[in-house]
Amino acid sequence: MQPRRQKRLFAVLLVIGLLTGAVAAMLYALQQNIDLFYTPSQLVDGLGKDKVKPQPGQRLRIGGMVVKGSVKRDPDSLKVSFDLVDTGPLVTVIYEGILPDLFREGQGIVAQGVMLDATTIAATEVLAKHDEEYMPPEVAEALKGIRHVPPSQQQSSAQQSGTEAKPAEGRY
Amino acid sequence: MFNWLHPFAKPETVYHLCGRLYPWLMALAVLLLLLGNIWGLAFTPPDYQQGDSYRIIHIHVPSAIMSMGTYSAMAIAAFIALVWQVKIAQWSVLALAPVGAVYTAIALITGMAWGKPMWGTWWVWDARLTSELILLFLYLGVIALSGAFSDRQTGAKAASLLAVIGVINLPVIHFSVEWWNTLHQGASITKFAKPSIDPSMLWPLLISILAFKVLMLALLCLRLRNAILLNEQHRPWVKTLAGGH
Repeated sequence: MQPRRQKRLFAVLLVIGLLTGAVAAMLYALQQNIDLFYTPSQLVDGLGKDKVKPQPGQRLRIGGMVVKGSVKRDPDSLKVSFDLVDTGPLVTVIYEGILPDLFREGQGIVAQGVMLDATTIAATEVLAKHDEEYMPPEVAEALKGIRHVPPSQQQSSAQQSGTEAKPAEGRY
Repeated sequence: MFNWLHPFAKPETVYHLCGRLYPWLMALAVLLLLLGNIWGLAFTPPDYQQGDSYRIIHIHVPSAIMSMGTYSAMAIAAFIALVWQVKIAQWSVLALAPVGAVYTAIALITGMAWGKPMWGTWWVWDARLTSELILLFLYLGVIALSGAFSDRQTGAKAASLLAVIGVINLPVIHFSVEWWNTLHQGASITKFAKPSIDPSMLWPLLISILAFKVLMLALLCLRLRNAILLNEQHRPWVKTLAGGH
């Protein structure tokens, strides 16, 4: 290889190497801030090595799986409360408003709101999270025992034939 | 070792090669696009959770994968352009940038249209969505930088440098859903495991991905031919070509 090209090759590789290092260091330093939400165990036990716990009154997002049987609706309003879980403790979310179509017990959700006390969040927005599995309803029924319910009929308890909520599944 | 490659550094050879390849690539792209999209959008079964809304996957995933694939191709061309200063490589960078930018925009827009009914929001600043948006800005930056200098050569060099640097964003996009917790779900097919998507939905998706890839190559041929003519317009072979008609 010509010395001139060799010099350019090393210069370009050096620039890429240094920048990769810089970006890696930056992302590592920002690690906790890039996470979109706290999981219930992070909220209760604290986050990272220092076990930093969020304070009541803080605005935050919480993500976890809706615990089966924990959804309580107020019959006269849109008020709803439910528990979230990942692998350990439960966190209660209170919300007033319309839930997304995919919301159901056993589903992963992300809620944004204000922390009231150590295990309660008053949410202003509830988003549904879905996993990366796609399959036709018949396959889902055969494989997972989940019956397909059109989103329009989902708010009834017709979907209760599903499998047990498995907190270990997914990344919640 | 790479001597067989040398003829392809000659603009005239590449011009004619692209001219021969273009109709085949374009025909194949249109065919695969029609097959993959019609199959995927109209004839696959609905998803057990998302019903019919998930069908947008057949546009969203191919454009998202090829937004990154096109960027890799562009970055490799930029690397060759910087180190070996091959003109064809430099022009390829500028030919690929708008194609990749449009793929990225399609991925973002279809993703938003999918997010609204399923997640309940058009946009959320999670790591996957944000890094894909940065990819769009990188493409726009490459396009803008190439036109920001009065000298075309300097502009192309600056754009190539940005294209090479921006390659750091690709692993960040891909692994964002694993490194951090995000609203966006994990990978369904781009992983070293059995795809977590049913075969009846997977095949049209793979065909659509291939279609987007072939379309990218076809558009590269088309745009590279234009770039060659523009940059070589004073060369005798172009004058002969123009006079021949």
